[in-house]
Amino acid sequence: MFDFQAIQDNLPLYLDGAWTTLQLLLVSLVLGLLLAVPLAVLRSLRGSWVSRAVWCYTYVFRGTPMLVQLFLIYYGLAQFDAVRESFAWPWLSSAWFCACLTFVLNTAAYTTEIIAGSIRALPHGEIEAAKAMGMSRAVMFRRIVLPSALRRSLPAYSNEAIFMLHGTALASIVTIMDLTGAARTVNATSYIPFEAFITAGVFYFLMTMTLVGLFHKAEAKWLKPLMPR
Amino acid sequence: MLHGFLPSLLQGAVVTLSLALSAMALAMLLGLMGALAKLSKFRTARRAAQVYTTLIRGVPDLVLMLLLFFGGQVAVNAIALQLGYEDPVDMDPYVTGVLVIGFIFGAYLTEAFRGAFLAVPPGQREAGLAFGMTPWQIARRITLPQMLRHALPGLSNNWLVLIKSTAIVSVIGLSDLMTRGQQAAGTTREPFSFYLAVAAFYLAFTSLSELMFSWLQRRLAIGVRAGNL
Repeated sequence: MFDFQAIQDNLPLYLDGAWTTLQLLLVSLVLGLLLAVPLAVLRSLRGSWVSRAVWCYTYVFRGTPMLVQLFLIYYGLAQFDAVRESFAWPWLSSAWFCACLTFVLNTAAYTTEIIAGSIRALPHGEIEAAKAMGMSRAVMFRRIVLPSALRRSLPAYSNEAIFMLHGTALASIVTIMDLTGAARTVNATSYIPFEAFITAGVFYFLMTMTLVGLFHKAEAKWLKPLMPR
Repeated sequence: MLHGFLPSLLQGAVVTLSLALSAMALAMLLGLMGALAKLSKFRTARRAAQVYTTLIRGVPDLVLMLLLFFGGQVAVNAIALQLGYEDPVDMDPYVTGVLVIGFIFGAYLTEAFRGAFLAVPPGQREAGLAFGMTPWQIARRITLPQMLRHALPGLSNNWLVLIKSTAIVSVIGLSDLMTRGQQAAGTTREPFSFYLAVAAFYLAFTSLSELMFSWLQRRLAIGVRAGNL
């Protein structure tokens, strides 16, 4: 019934695909987080125009499908001659670069809101204590606000990381041979849809479970002081 | 500005909206059933619901959709052949989209509804029992109206994610907003303008939804005393 032989024959394709998916995920999560932390700090400066500007960015990226964003960057930018003649064109015409850019911008938008939410929800005693110690704003953010807010963001961020893992499947639409791309190739060449996509699904499932496990470990490590005893 | 493609985009927007609404209706039905199963006293039902939510949340929506679209085609044709139909049957992208997206978000709504069920104080249900109401009457008159308020934040979040997820149905060839945008972009060679227009449509949908949900939340919270912090 289930054609194991065909899957076994195509296993290298799937493993390559899984590696590509993992790379896409790592690049987007790491760069997205690096971008999100400063943006979240700016976003938490209440009432300033910087905060509103960051809000506009997160609002647009959270309010539109990632697929549209991907097409806008990968296919859309080619509309402008200035872009095609610029130094950035070799990058902007590569599917890999555009997929990574889209994923980074997308996940950074969600992560910014998650971290900014944690900063806003910080117990006011922590900030009061920091001020009472005579810390400057920069020191307070570095020593008190960010460590505390990043810890508290962990549960929501784990969800975002899993969504991002699933989101990387969109890369297959712009010809990248990730896990989904591998499954689509196997289906197209051998016409075995069940085997092809279920195998990819199993890979994704295992990756999701690994991610969940890692985040549980991280929460046990960094959220312990906040857990009920 | 849109070279006369506005009517086409509007038609696509109607398809997207109707797909999203149908999928949401299915998801709410599945979510309610899943929540009841998770809270039921039968272990098999709890297990089945657990497997459903875990599996669905571990696999990307795109993979599930390709699996159902291509796999469903093979399965439907095999069954049709058994029943004596010689003509090949095609999977309808609209039906596939509704089924897959409804099925996926059913898993997410299961968790939202489960939490909402638990948020209704048990005394309410017991009072209904004491009045001699049947379980159905208790559900309709007491539990469901009260849990709606608790389920609303989860519902609104999932609806916003769902409406953006519908964009991937364009991959299997449904003539939705995304596909219309792609066609217009290809014909006019102005991809950026058209994907931007598509993004604007989605942003309008999500913004309007958010406004409606916040209005609904205020309405349903009438008579609820908020804690004074």
